[in-house]
Amino acid sequence: MKEILEILEQNARATPEQISAMVGKPVKEVKRIVKQAEKDGTILKYKAIINWPKLEKEDIWALIEVRVTPQRDVGFDAIAERIYQFPEVYSAYLVSGTYDLSILVRGKNMQEISTFVAEKLAPLEQVQSSVTHFLLKRYKEYGETYHLPKETNKRLPITL
Amino acid sequence: MLNTNPPAAKAQDKLISHRVATLPPSGIRKFFDLLSSMEDVISLGIGEPDFVTPWHIREAGIYSLEKGYTMYTSNSGMPELRQELANYLELHYGVSYHPEHEILVTTGSSEGLDLALRAIINPGDEVIIPNPCYVAYAANIILAGGIPVIVPTSQENNFVVRGKDIESRITKQTKAILMGYPANPTGAVMSKKEADAIADLAKERDLLLISDEIYARLVYGVEHICFPSLPGMKKRTILISGFSKSHAMTGWRIGYVAADRRFIRALTKIHQYTMLCAPTMTQMAAIEALRNGESDVEKMVQEYNRRRRFMVKRLNEIGLPCFEPKGAFFAFPSIKATGMSSEEFAEKLLLEEKVAVVPGLAFGACGEGFVRCCYATSLPNIEEALNRMDRFVAKHKPRRK
Repeated sequence: MKEILEILEQNARATPEQISAMVGKPVKEVKRIVKQAEKDGTILKYKAIINWPKLEKEDIWALIEVRVTPQRDVGFDAIAERIYQFPEVYSAYLVSGTYDLSILVRGKNMQEISTFVAEKLAPLEQVQSSVTHFLLKRYKEYGETYHLPKETNKRLPITL
Repeated sequence: MLNTNPPAAKAQDKLISHRVATLPPSGIRKFFDLLSSMEDVISLGIGEPDFVTPWHIREAGIYSLEKGYTMYTSNSGMPELRQELANYLELHYGVSYHPEHEILVTTGSSEGLDLALRAIINPGDEVIIPNPCYVAYAANIILAGGIPVIVPTSQENNFVVRGKDIESRITKQTKAILMGYPANPTGAVMSKKEADAIADLAKERDLLLISDEIYARLVYGVEHICFPSLPGMKKRTILISGFSKSHAMTGWRIGYVAADRRFIRALTKIHQYTMLCAPTMTQMAAIEALRNGESDVEKMVQEYNRRRRFMVKRLNEIGLPCFEPKGAFFAFPSIKATGMSSEEFAEKLLLEEKVAVVPGLAFGACGEGFVRCCYATSLPNIEEALNRMDRFVAKHKPRRK
């Protein structure tokens, strides 16, 4: 099952037939495993990785460090949820170190992000402070590089 | 196509040694030229990994240049590298080699092979090799002044050479058996039982074994049998290997030989007069590969395995029957059903469908009727190549009368 998921993680469009040949299991079995993983939430979603900078229509992104006060019984989870429910929040992580939550926020322009920070995030009772870092350039995401040219073939066409 | 079609003796250039002048060139030269002139070819004819050397290994090479490690090393190789190699062989195969006396670092396993043969062969000595096999074996034996003695292997035995077939070819002149499993071009691996039979034969007939285990790490669902790890074999085996296939380091030219000290002493003599030492930068990268490269090897093996299963299944589906290759990164399907020779098949496939494979004949007479397909290329490439081959085979299916 792990191997099937790894193949899909690399290429979500791999067909059951292709996966079946790669792992040496019947197509039916592969379909059953994938369906089960979709059903129980092991596979959350299939998405495309878009190279937006290429279209020069990129949204503005910011990485925000947030210090919060944890609450009795629920720790960081309740405040984290308050924050990540905002549609502007693209990713959210609880991290160790000098701050608590690391959130990635996406907006159409800088104004949208500063409004989010000033009006939604900072006023929350449990939020002690935040530091906003705007992304200047993206190099690599999801294991894929954006700006480097793809490794070109340097092998001789035939070798023994 | 060494040893299969010796060219007619031509008027010889007196300035070229007789031995070299009569050595047939690699059988794929013409094919290579044809291929180089074409565009959009999908090549399954490559004999090296498609992965680039893992970054941390490349970075170690860069660091060594930055730090100015640009001088010779000890002839035998850097002590740290030999120590790491000794640890590695102990860890993976349970064979102990003394890092100082029993390991020699070479510029690729190719040099190791050449050294081993030159160190043991007296004029007229015979060295037994399986057929088909890697193209350099026979040539290296001839260049060292020996005589290659060919033992045929066949698909019925999954292209594994059998002890009894070797035995019938042993003469007073037989010095050694040279073989490489997992095998290029067939992808065959040797089982413990098959290896034991050969080890017993070597001990009984007092023969040396040169074991080329360059593909040792690329095995799928089976364990690699390291010859010197078999009882009583360490002292009569010259183990040749390297980093090219396991760590995707072909262009770095780094390999090693491990053997009893009397062999290493002899090999080192030649090495010190011809190569001096393996490149320093490359040795530093190899140390990093051994210290921190294990997960890379595992990742690559896993990826190869997926492609292997995919390719073998498709080959069988499209009517090119293929035994299951459990090592290296080659499939060796039979093309006999098409009625073509392996060269004809490879040439027509290239011209009509722009897919390159290597004719089995290039690896010896017993490779006729087969082609070598390498799966060290991306899965989409493999898929497209096999679709084209499917079309090709369907088109050329001989009509039944």
